[in-house]
Amino acid sequence: MNGAYLDHASATPVRKEVLDAMLPYFSERFANPSTVYDMGSKIRLVVEEQRAKVANLIGAKADEIIFTSSGAEANNLAIKGVAFARQKKGKRIIVSSIEHHSVLNSARFLERFDFEVTFLPVDGYGVVDPNRLVRAITPETILVSIGHANNEIGTIQSMVELAAVCKEKGIIFHTDAVASVGNTSVDVNEMNVDLLSLSGPSLGAPKGTAALYFNKKVRLMPLIQGGIQENGRRAGTENVPGIVGLGKAAELAKRELPEKMSHVRKLRDRLVKGIFEQVEKVSFTGHPEKRLPGHASFCFEAIEGEALIFMLAQAGIYTNTGSACASKALKTSPVLGAIGIRADLAQGSTVFTIDAGNTVEEIDHVLEKLPAIVDRLRSFSPIWGKEIPEYEEDVCT
Amino acid sequence: MKFVEDQSPDETLDLVCRMCPMHLLEPGDKIKCMKKGQVLEVVTDYDGALDDIPEWCKKCGHEFLGIEEDEDCYKLYIKKKK
Repeated sequence: MNGAYLDHASATPVRKEVLDAMLPYFSERFANPSTVYDMGSKIRLVVEEQRAKVANLIGAKADEIIFTSSGAEANNLAIKGVAFARQKKGKRIIVSSIEHHSVLNSARFLERFDFEVTFLPVDGYGVVDPNRLVRAITPETILVSIGHANNEIGTIQSMVELAAVCKEKGIIFHTDAVASVGNTSVDVNEMNVDLLSLSGPSLGAPKGTAALYFNKKVRLMPLIQGGIQENGRRAGTENVPGIVGLGKAAELAKRELPEKMSHVRKLRDRLVKGIFEQVEKVSFTGHPEKRLPGHASFCFEAIEGEALIFMLAQAGIYTNTGSACASKALKTSPVLGAIGIRADLAQGSTVFTIDAGNTVEEIDHVLEKLPAIVDRLRSFSPIWGKEIPEYEEDVCT
Repeated sequence: MKFVEDQSPDETLDLVCRMCPMHLLEPGDKIKCMKKGQVLEVVTDYDGALDDIPEWCKKCGHEFLGIEEDEDCYKLYIKKKK
């Protein structure tokens, strides 16, 4: 055992079956799907087959899928696209305070165009209370965006209840499901959402592949003007190899998800149990049960997360702090700040994201190396063993 | 331009926010699936549709019934003639 890659929320390897499916579309099957001759029209059919596979993964119809270049683009299209299309009905938007930056910054961008944005607080587990959402809605609210699962703390929201609030008020409901599609069950009909963003890398498809599900009753202002690709909703010649990869990955994910969830949950539980048995002064972040099955996130007291990540990497173990903006500014991550984690404790944030290819041996390797690394880092720490006063700190934006 | 009110369309196509020439392509596909005599309502915010759709109806042999201006879009009515 030489190491363990446990940072699948950051990147996943492209699956061999996915790569094999993509390769012909770089060379011999290269035609533009918008062309009318047979070389192109055959590629058009291939693109539409992939659209159906992606739709099938989330219980949607093929014509409800728009291919995009990233989860961030899907989130931008959902938020700005709906906001600009519906602005005559109202200019208020609600997002949760623990959204991905592509949601938060899209909402902040809209503030420049006189939209008003409410950043909805969450509880200590990162859960949005549907009653709080009800209270935040005004007659001018046109859009609510709340992520299905949070990539930093793993918490899964009660989508059915949140969607019910929006439906009752006639408000469009979007969810960023980039962290969840491919990692847990997602069905747009059960969730009753109007728009949902998903990303290929979560499924073993390459970076640069993603999609937005949209209910066809929802009007969307395109962000990219040009030709009529994606039925006039997103211009630009299609990334055919990427779309083929996303389609193949979606097909595999649909088939393998139950087995994957069971496997990663067992590994996650083994990791959590082992860490709590062997390491003192560590806290679990996010909801203990309503969370992604392969996701474990912790805050190690008196530890600098970046130092822990670095030393784990030297032992061949790859994880993440889950708080990119904390790394340079030494400020609390917005997500950990929103769930009320003390700023000094949040510095020790470490996130493990497990995938189907991980093994028991890899988890045991982490459990063998991690306690000694934590002890070593704490031995250098000026605050280890000292009482830390409670204080408030602005979250980074 | 002919204005109409209180039309009762058999089918509706919402093309608001869609890029040109979707306002011609989608009605073409939709009307193929409709019966002779039925009325299609095309909802769009694209000004060019006001010229394009009546012209397209002439070329395709369908009857352009007229338009109704809504709060933030146009509704164009087409009767399938063949």
